[in-house]
Amino acid sequence: MARKVSEINASSVADIAFLLLIFFLVATTMDVDSGLSRKLPPMPEPGAEQDNKQIKERNIFVVLINANDQLMVEGKQMDVHNLRKETKEFIVNPSDKENLPEKELREIDYFNEVMVPKGIVSLMNDRGTSYGLYITVQNELIAAYNEVRDELAMTKFGKHFEGLPEDKQDAIKAFYPQIISEAEPKNIGGN
Amino acid sequence: MAKFGRKGKGGVPEISTASLPDIIFMLLFFFMVTTTMRETTIMVQQKLPGATEVKKMERKSLVSTISMGSPKIALQGMYGSEPRIQLNDAFAKVSDIRDYITAERENMDERERPLMTVSLKVDTKTQMGIVIDVKQELRKASALKINYSTRKVETIE
Repeated sequence: MARKVSEINASSVADIAFLLLIFFLVATTMDVDSGLSRKLPPMPEPGAEQDNKQIKERNIFVVLINANDQLMVEGKQMDVHNLRKETKEFIVNPSDKENLPEKELREIDYFNEVMVPKGIVSLMNDRGTSYGLYITVQNELIAAYNEVRDELAMTKFGKHFEGLPEDKQDAIKAFYPQIISEAEPKNIGGN
Repeated sequence: MAKFGRKGKGGVPEISTASLPDIIFMLLFFFMVTTTMRETTIMVQQKLPGATEVKKMERKSLVSTISMGSPKIALQGMYGSEPRIQLNDAFAKVSDIRDYITAERENMDERERPLMTVSLKVDTKTQMGIVIDVKQELRKASALKINYSTRKVETIE
């Protein structure tokens, strides 16, 4: 005759599981790191020749931020909210203006030979600039490039930039290369 | 009559709690999978700036974090209110960054070292001076991939 084994009381399993659950809730974080990715220029080799390639003034979009968090773009004071529009106009140069970047003929996949504007953005800030404004400006510059690329993707391929296959994305990136150069910092505002 | 006498007595039958542990275990596994261990206690005030063009960072194992900001109010008596750099669990000097990067790189798989990203978590109100110093140090340590940690917002202020 088989002996009847009494059942183990399982009512405390729930409590144990609760305990573990609470431990994990406290000890872990859920936030995913997200932010603006940038690449720093490598440190120039000591003794290496300085690359003093002259760039025409019209090809540079100068953005300056001073220690009082004021913005100067191409010699004019500007509100940060207008920066995106202004940057987009600079990158594209839709009406071939004299003071906006010149265009050069280049061979790009999917586009064959096209006139590509060759503007670069130069950003300079002071040691006293607040980090918040710096990020806002960086964000606006990146946003301008993203919007310009997206518009090109729309007219050329009829799709958003994000939805394109990689080779088409590369073609668009080659059309509007994102060059944001940061000048060596200056210390004018004190600190 | 006795046949029906029992009914109606004893009220509502008890709800079985036998499946409760299963439900809790399910929650537990969900949290174990979606979250990551908190590695450091942050000792600086951190209100990250908002940005609209944020991208998620793909792999946490490739990310080293440098935090900057004023020390938390409770710690200001000891450390003052000037913005400081925090590496791992302690405040550090700008000159410590190179050693930190080297150590972080040593911990990584050799194939993954070129993909290393440094995440800069900087308080909005910090002045750029300290950030510039850190960036120069990172350039010297050839840790060139950086990420400015931001919150995702719909429109900028």
